Amino acid sequence: MELRGYGMIAPEHLDATFAALADSTRRAILARLAKGEASVLELAEPFAMSQPAISKHLKVLERAGLISRGQDAQRRPRRLEAKPLREAAEWMEKYRQFWEGSFRRLDALLEEMQGGKRKRGKRVVRKAGSLRQAQGRPSPGFAPGSE
Amino acid sequence: MKNSTTFTIRAQGDREIVVTRVFEAPRGLVFDAYTKPELVRRWLLGPDGWSMPVCEIDLRAGGKYRYVWRQDSDGKEMGMGGVYREVVRPERFVATEKFDEAWYPGEAVDTIVLTEQAGKTTLTQTILYDSRETRDAVLKSPMQRGMAMSYDRLERFLPAVGREAVSA
Repeated sequence: MELRGYGMIAPEHLDATFAALADSTRRAILARLAKGEASVLELAEPFAMSQPAISKHLKVLERAGLISRGQDAQRRPRRLEAKPLREAAEWMEKYRQFWEGSFRRLDALLEEMQGGKRKRGKRVVRKAGSLRQAQGRPSPGFAPGSE
Repeated sequence: MKNSTTFTIRAQGDREIVVTRVFEAPRGLVFDAYTKPELVRRWLLGPDGWSMPVCEIDLRAGGKYRYVWRQDSDGKEMGMGGVYREVVRPERFVATEKFDEAWYPGEAVDTIVLTEQAGKTTLTQTILYDSRETRDAVLKSPMQRGMAMSYDRLERFLPAVGREAVSA
């Protein structure tokens, strides 16, 4: 779910970022640029790929706003643009926080719905098998098909 | 304290988010927790500070649901709703979802699947977004189809932007 209340960014923008990252060559290019800017020739070097092929990848990354071109007229080095990656990471983090918080509450609710019998520790709620529980071992009620 | 490895979230393909989580409960209970209003409003709240003043569910194919959350601190509200497409208790349901303040076209489609083993339930929730421009652009590129990118892989590019961007 997209949560406006958490100030999330436009899904199309995210889609472009994730789509750009969904390719191993492009990820390798970004990893290289994370170390410093580089020209198209320098970027093409580690790959058994023609320069036009690399340029195609660079276009996808540029359209997603993940890289930009430097001003040097001759070399036009590419550099990594942090903002879309940071936005994608922040979005993921907020999304993750929403679900993490919700699921923690759901854990507690499910425990309550089961009468607390899954609690480890001091509280013993079953007479039979209480020794097993105190030892931290699951009681027979957890066996498959016991629902 | 739950082991973080029981919870994963990742982007899939061009338009999907997939959330997986393991629960220490049989799936009938998890299904109920997801579909009975008096239970849903007790946990589907995100981080602390939100309540759910509206939680209505008509659980059947074609039935509607409606949620409204309110932030305690400033009373800001957020509403969402949709229609169920499929309901198969206790293993699966599919529903559309649309926020009141939708600023992109179309609806998302939520698919929830529950599988149970040895008293534990694995939830797989797939949210499919309807983004037409993205879909058209992506369909032209075979490399982008069906690639899953995990949160871990995204994190590898963050040294350039600083670790504080992600504090998991």
